[in-house]
Amino acid sequence: MSTLEVSPVEPLSGQSAHTVVNDFSIQIATVNGSGSQTANTVLMRSIFQMGIPVSGKNMFPSNIAGLPTWFTIRASQHGYIGRRKEIDFLVAMNPETAREDVLKLDDGAAVVYDEPLKLNELRSDLHFYPVPFDKLVAPACPEAKLRKLVRNMIYDGVVAWLLSIDMDEIRKALVKQFGKRKAKAAELNWGAVKAGFEYAAKTFTKTDPYRVERRNQTAGKIIIDGNAACALGAMFAGVTVVTWYPITPSSSLVESLLGYMRRHRLDPETGKATYAIVQAEDELASIGMALGAGWAGARSMTATAGPGISLMSEFIGLGYYAEIPTVVFNVERVGPSTGLPTRTAQGDILTTALLSHGDTHHPMFFPCSPEECFSLTIDAFNFAEQFQTPVFVMTDLDLGMNNWMADPFPYPETPIRRGKVLTAEDLDKLGGFARYKDVDGDGVGYRTLPGTNHNAAAYFTRGSGHNDKAQYTEREDDYIDNMERLAHKFKVMRGHVPEPVIHIAEKAKIGFVYVGTSDYAVRESCDQLKAEYDLDASTLRLKAYPFTHHLVDFIRSHDRVYVVDQNRDAQLLGLMRLELDPELIARLRSVRYFGGLPLDARTVTDDVIRQEGK
Amino acid sequence: MSTTVTPPPKKVNRLGLEVINYKGSKTTLCAGCGHNSVSERIVECFYELGVPPYTVAKFSGIGCSSKSPAYFLGLSHGFNGVHGRMPAIATGAILANSQLMGLGVTGDGDTASIGIGQFMHLVRRNLPMIYVIENNGVYGLTKGQFSATADLGSKLKSGTPNDLPPFDCCALALKWGATFVARSFSGDKKQLLALIKTAIAHRGLSVIDVISPCVTFNDHDGSTKSYSYMKDHETVLQELDFVPSFEDITVEIPEGQVMDVQMHDGSHLRIRKLHRDFDPTDRLAALAALEVAEAAGEVLTGVLYVNTHKPTFLELLNLVEEPVATLPESRVRPSREALDELMEELR
Repeated sequence: MSTLEVSPVEPLSGQSAHTVVNDFSIQIATVNGSGSQTANTVLMRSIFQMGIPVSGKNMFPSNIAGLPTWFTIRASQHGYIGRRKEIDFLVAMNPETAREDVLKLDDGAAVVYDEPLKLNELRSDLHFYPVPFDKLVAPACPEAKLRKLVRNMIYDGVVAWLLSIDMDEIRKALVKQFGKRKAKAAELNWGAVKAGFEYAAKTFTKTDPYRVERRNQTAGKIIIDGNAACALGAMFAGVTVVTWYPITPSSSLVESLLGYMRRHRLDPETGKATYAIVQAEDELASIGMALGAGWAGARSMTATAGPGISLMSEFIGLGYYAEIPTVVFNVERVGPSTGLPTRTAQGDILTTALLSHGDTHHPMFFPCSPEECFSLTIDAFNFAEQFQTPVFVMTDLDLGMNNWMADPFPYPETPIRRGKVLTAEDLDKLGGFARYKDVDGDGVGYRTLPGTNHNAAAYFTRGSGHNDKAQYTEREDDYIDNMERLAHKFKVMRGHVPEPVIHIAEKAKIGFVYVGTSDYAVRESCDQLKAEYDLDASTLRLKAYPFTHHLVDFIRSHDRVYVVDQNRDAQLLGLMRLELDPELIARLRSVRYFGGLPLDARTVTDDVIRQEGK
Repeated sequence: MSTTVTPPPKKVNRLGLEVINYKGSKTTLCAGCGHNSVSERIVECFYELGVPPYTVAKFSGIGCSSKSPAYFLGLSHGFNGVHGRMPAIATGAILANSQLMGLGVTGDGDTASIGIGQFMHLVRRNLPMIYVIENNGVYGLTKGQFSATADLGSKLKSGTPNDLPPFDCCALALKWGATFVARSFSGDKKQLLALIKTAIAHRGLSVIDVISPCVTFNDHDGSTKSYSYMKDHETVLQELDFVPSFEDITVEIPEGQVMDVQMHDGSHLRIRKLHRDFDPTDRLAALAALEVAEAAGEVLTGVLYVNTHKPTFLELLNLVEEPVATLPESRVRPSREALDELMEELR
């Protein structure tokens, strides 16, 4: 027996007393491999085209076909595009989860479902809309083997009628989704959408309060996933060697890049590639190749997720110690071990910051949006060459694989900066160089590239102990000098990393510190705290590690600072604890969520209120 | 009063460089180590062929063999990476700058144990580089444990026998795609010179497995990688003569006895068969010959396989000819219009 006891009551009927416009979330429960992704994207896009801020989040299994998948679309004219915990509108297509999905709803929610599931018997406090999908799909799709794929389009039509989504926008979204080359498939699917719409129009009386009204809040915006945005960033950063090993949720980053590069980075005269993209045999090889390429002067990168980061640990230590630029994208997922491969987390913050044995520290950049995936990726490539070290771009599954509304990316106005590289002409003037000598006081030595035609150009790169001339040494003073210089270099980076985004609320005694996708939940939570508890809160969103003085100033100016972590062990807080004064650490509190779903505002608000004792 | 003494003219190669320009720092390996002989041959080959040192990039992993790139070609960039993962470093560097001549030196532990995966994938890609395995069947730097190329029944210094069969790196290279595969012995100066020179001229992956005895941990009775064992069990397949492209070929090639292989750079490898009928362009025959020899307790040395036609990994990638690493911004950052167009498509 379910935890929720239901007694049959008269069903809700008639028009709702109130209407909820452009502020709800729709959850579509399907089976993966059933073509629901297309139906869901079309639905999301059509709302977006009607000018309403929207987000779409796919909660999918680590599986190819046959397991439950949920897609959540949130429409919010207030611009909240983080995940909302409460579901207002359920489309229940998966018989296996339908019962549980329905029982979890708050009262007053609407349910579109496959008629034979008889979900209306479960509860009486919901608005039920049964649809005979199998009966409708047959005339819409004469070819039986395609019906499974087309069937889901029917709910787009039903939902369009129920929510007053403009059918022209659905059609437009459909055409965009299928592209010109698949016009026939688009027509077939359009037939199914229409069948759903017509069925709903003639069958239902709308009783739920949710509806869409046209607005003008998305004009000029684009829809893109974070992985594709990082790929575009890499292409416009001038990446030349890309190595990778497929792993969820990072694979689509390089797959997107492959498409972009084929289009825009073949030499117009010869048709030859100005880049190499290599699928390596494993992550050990992909990071090794990226470092070899960075050493030889390429702008190199690799993309991976937690398990790959673990494997790369040894090589990253070499990259740090031998001082080789490369960019590593870590699209975080739930660990440890294989963990939940298709769920999101910010669970690699500590591991990545200190990756590898011995004393190591690595810069990390934390984009929170597609715009920043693009711009911080470009920054990361410049930074890696400026400081001659591996740089990590830390995103997560939520940002990387979900579709986001974004402003179009501005063209990078600053030229590509290649860092301290000596040419043969430079060597003529200087007479020679010492690879690891701190000439400029920033801890960064000058390097030469293999292939430089000069007798003074060559040096020997090694992961073993070396002096400032890159010669092998086991001397105590050489080792200490070198390690102190590396520590100094890391300190110098503080003045060059992207600065945090700070919002100071007047009178605020509390503040939030966080990275990346926690942004959406935290900012919405600030509004909830103000509206519901009259509590003001400031925010500081870190865009990078190492930390800057802004963080210290921010903590000092607040009594209590909530550090938001999408992991169990409060890793961001832990990293701060390693570096801050005890007086500041005493002001820190932790808000953690690690269930694998994108963080939602209510979770943050409830936890803060509990800790504030309100 | 002083007298002017005219020094004897310095011996130089075709670039005007002396042999010292091809040397590295002083070796720190044991006296008599086979690896030192290999380093000396490398110096001679690159000097004699007049390869500009700045065009070479040296790569190694971890182990005694992997220390040796410091002992030759001091005017070339070098990269001593992590254990077993030299192929990845070399691959990345050569992708970045396809004009570099990659020279990897590794050992049997580095290649056949921890690095077997990367070695196999390097072979599979036929990446154009030279891959020398200094094979002594033992871990020297950790003081004498078996490696994965130690022969079945071979004994450690302590008398402990090896009870696992060895990997034959040449057989693996042959089977999975290397285009120049050879085995040699560090004590065979002439053969090793011809093989390394051929590898320099070859376009594609050259794998040279050099039996290179460890005088400290694996040169005793019961070892199958000792100097004396090689003396008794080496079977030399051919007499080799390498004729560089810049030397005129004046001697007629006698019909039927000598095979002439023209290399990518116009040089020639002349292969005179010794006592065995063996065609080094026949991959299957080479694999069979290795099997037969192993069963008979022989160590075949010489050219096992050469293929001058197979496309390299760089050709498969359709890379531009100049190094991608140093292409100017105008060629690696697409235009403003390209970005606008991409953004428009995402609206």
